[in-house]
Amino acid sequence: MNKSIVIDGKNIPFEDGQTIMQAATAAGVYIPHLCHNPKFTPHGSCKLCTVKVNGRNCSACTFPAAEGQTITNITQELNDDREKITQMLFVEGNHFCPSCEKTGNCNLQAVAYHLGMTDNHFPHFFENREVDASHPDVMIDHNRCIFCTLCVRASQQEDGKNVFSISGRGIEKRLVVNSESGLLKDSDLDVNDCAAHICPTGAILIKRTGYKVPIGQRIYDHSHIDTITLAAEGASHDE
Amino acid sequence: MTNKKVKVATVSLAGCFGCHMSFLDLDERLVELVEHVEFDRSPLTDIEHCSSDCDIGLIEGGVCNSENVHVLREFRKNCKILVAVGACAINGGLPAMRNHISLEDCLNEAYVSGVGVENPQIPNDVELPLLLDKVHPLHEVVKIDYFLPGCPPSADVFWKFLTDLLAGREPSLSYELVHFD
Amino acid sequence: MQQFIRQLAQENDFQSTRLLKILRAVQARYFHIPKAAIEQLALILSIPRTQIQNVIEFYSFFHLEPRGKYDILISSSITDLMVGQEELINYFSEKLGVKIGEVRADGVVSLNNTSCTGMCDQSLAGLVNGYALTNLTKSRIDEIVENVNKQLPLEQWSSDLFTVADNIIKPDLLLNQKPTQGEAINATFARGLKETLDEVEKSGLRGRGGAGYTTAWKWKFCSEDEGICDIEAQRQKQRYIICNADEGEPGTFKDRVLLNSYADSVFEGMTVAAAIIGATQGFIYLRGEYLHLYEKLEAILAVRRNANLLGKNILQHGFDFDIEICLGAGAYICGEESALIESLEGKAGIPRNRPPYPVTSGYLGKPTSVNNVETFLAAANIAIHGGDWFANLGTAKSKGTKVLSISGDCAKAGIYEYPFGTTIQTVLDDCGATDVLGVQVGGPSGTFISNDEFERKLAFEDLATGGSFIVFNNSRSILDVVHNFSHFFAHESCGFCTPCRVGTSLLKKQVDKIVEGHGSAGDIVALEELCQLIKNYSHCGLGQTAANPVLTTLERYPELYQNMLKKISYEPGFDLDKSLETARRMAHRDDAAAHLAQVE
Repeated sequence: MNKSIVIDGKNIPFEDGQTIMQAATAAGVYIPHLCHNPKFTPHGSCKLCTVKVNGRNCSACTFPAAEGQTITNITQELNDDREKITQMLFVEGNHFCPSCEKTGNCNLQAVAYHLGMTDNHFPHFFENREVDASHPDVMIDHNRCIFCTLCVRASQQEDGKNVFSISGRGIEKRLVVNSESGLLKDSDLDVNDCAAHICPTGAILIKRTGYKVPIGQRIYDHSHIDTITLAAEGASHDE
Repeated sequence: MTNKKVKVATVSLAGCFGCHMSFLDLDERLVELVEHVEFDRSPLTDIEHCSSDCDIGLIEGGVCNSENVHVLREFRKNCKILVAVGACAINGGLPAMRNHISLEDCLNEAYVSGVGVENPQIPNDVELPLLLDKVHPLHEVVKIDYFLPGCPPSADVFWKFLTDLLAGREPSLSYELVHFD
Repeated sequence: MQQFIRQLAQENDFQSTRLLKILRAVQARYFHIPKAAIEQLALILSIPRTQIQNVIEFYSFFHLEPRGKYDILISSSITDLMVGQEELINYFSEKLGVKIGEVRADGVVSLNNTSCTGMCDQSLAGLVNGYALTNLTKSRIDEIVENVNKQLPLEQWSSDLFTVADNIIKPDLLLNQKPTQGEAINATFARGLKETLDEVEKSGLRGRGGAGYTTAWKWKFCSEDEGICDIEAQRQKQRYIICNADEGEPGTFKDRVLLNSYADSVFEGMTVAAAIIGATQGFIYLRGEYLHLYEKLEAILAVRRNANLLGKNILQHGFDFDIEICLGAGAYICGEESALIESLEGKAGIPRNRPPYPVTSGYLGKPTSVNNVETFLAAANIAIHGGDWFANLGTAKSKGTKVLSISGDCAKAGIYEYPFGTTIQTVLDDCGATDVLGVQVGGPSGTFISNDEFERKLAFEDLATGGSFIVFNNSRSILDVVHNFSHFFAHESCGFCTPCRVGTSLLKKQVDKIVEGHGSAGDIVALEELCQLIKNYSHCGLGQTAANPVLTTLERYPELYQNMLKKISYEPGFDLDKSLETARRMAHRDDAAAHLAQVE
């Protein structure tokens, strides 16, 4: 392996066919992201992984690494804008962390912490969104969905099913369930499906598991998302 | 730190006083704090209105009624630095979870048709503040200078934030101190 | 219904790629897509029901709840607002007895706004069951109301209501050509495919949709490594030619005219391109708003098939090619080439990640060249007359001519063709525009230029445009224009990426706040910050240009925005007193304490 790209002044080796994200993760460089998971086809929608490639903004999770790329990732400008994009997600949905079972283990929250976000900056939408608690083991709280499509992809690519989809246009977008009633209980989702566990926020939760881990021992109580992610996704890349 | 004491005002709007309780968790550090700080309007002092020369206003809770708006404006007018303290002040928090229910339904459930309601009627005394149709975070009503997240922010957060300000430093919270819950 | 759906699916070979076509038929017949139809279609097309649901919810012209038997949509483009759209739609609403956005209780009629329908030269424009209505006035509205109330079938409505004029005011190089059928194809094969591609390259032709990618390169990339211009070699590998006739940019209507009066040349351009890249199948993606052109275009295709200008072994050149017309269903984003391809595949029009580009992986994953209607028209004529004929006009970087759709405050709205390099002033003089405040060049995604800039030129290197050219005189308010455009983008954002999905809605709110006079000191900074985020981080061209109306006017008229601000440090973005309305009503109070001032 002798091809390389430069990220924040550091030479990062890559192989043909790798995205910038893949090369970075393999080399232990964290690029903030929410909709990306190395197990599934990259989606490129959250835009948190935007990096500057030779001066031009590109999504690291979808953009192929190529010789000659000089990339900036951790800069004040990019991180400030990533914080604003995260704030957009917070005002779009209804994210009330203190009453969410995912708190402390939530990637949306952890990315916000990582970026030093302390407020939501923009006016809130306060849209009415539903909760689907029909399934015996899994529930959906649409208030917390950020349309990352990880559950959609996990169901298709890992579970060999097609339980979830995103429907609608623009700000009207919503997560929908593939069942005649539209309810989760009538879909073929099983509690052991990857799709039931992949949600980066508290939108899809396993029932009767909330608050089991005491405060202080949750994933992001003491560890930054960069460390956690690199440990998890770096390993996944090596598979 | 200068000799003149810094004037701090505090209030709880649509909150639960949990942030104030957490503030009191400063315990013995409160003694050190009052050497540099003088409390103005606050539930801790029972002073009813802000002096016109407050330095720091700490506001817990979001804005759910007309009185909250008046109080928040009084703070903005009289405090040099206005701080949103806690989840409710920052995004409406728990009270804002009523935002997906119409105010009409809320009032009817509470005062007219709810289980156990006797003598059903919507309270209409002119002394009572009217509810806004949605609960809003502070930054949607006045300009806010700093945000202290947490439900509640721990005493350490208050300590770090205030001691930074008193020392003339830009307040900065470490990773361990920033949490939304 | 079951039998209808079954037959419909059968007519479409049970192909899920034809989903939009199938749903259009269901919508037309049942005024919505019934749940049972979704279930049945999912089963017989072998696609998840959620894909169908997504398509219905994505496109403006599909509905899960029934619309009226007569579904009337009124264009809310800025040019419609300039002829009093608001008053007229309210008049319509009153006369019909139906609220805007709703269906009348008897189910006969529904009324709503819609994005620009491409009739800006004959505003007020609208659609009834998808068919274009033009020049709507109170008296024409009265006539329509009467027709609706009598439940007269559309065929019996006065054809005058549906008249769509071409309004070609100033033809030049391209619009003066009337080649005979087959002329471009024969010229291409006579000269040779490779040689014709060279001529197209020599002509300097660049994409006419606005982005301006060099056409010859696009065609070359489409068949790289596969022996370009070698039909035999290319037959091995499926490729597609797509004509992008989804001109949704408000203020653009030139493709409507080109397809109405120059369709043969456009089809011929597609055929030439297909021969060069080795495609055997072509599509025209026609925006749903141009339904009125559909039958006419089908008829022309039929004539061409009969004349062996399409089909097998075209004009004995050993080359097969045919064209299918696919109608859109109300989504501006489908003008973006990869969103258009998604739509052609029977899906929501969400722009793809690039790379790969359509030229390597397009329709059904095959190499695909998507070109604008005008590009194909130019290519056909270049095939006949050669590259120099075209390249002799224009500027160094922008060869040939550009067809403009001119509307707004001018004496003669319509179609004008100019060599690139023409100044804005010349155009304004020709169209009879006086007392001009500014011009929106390239539509909302383009640039607003002030009356200090009329010596600027139409050219990719100066003012690029897909053809939209909207003139505003001094009686107009720039902020009204920005307001309209911001609402347009929020409505048309596909919602795929965060900055555009959330950002365009936030931008709409922020513009509303300022335009409605509730802005204060920090609001312009907040506005600009938001614009930069949307522009710099959005996934595709829609988001990247959605802030242009604000950015280009803020740059030119900062004082206009500043003057809207109150001289206070902050004002809430929502109406405080209005938020007390419910509580006031329920408590039967109206005393002083039951009200809030917006600012202290």
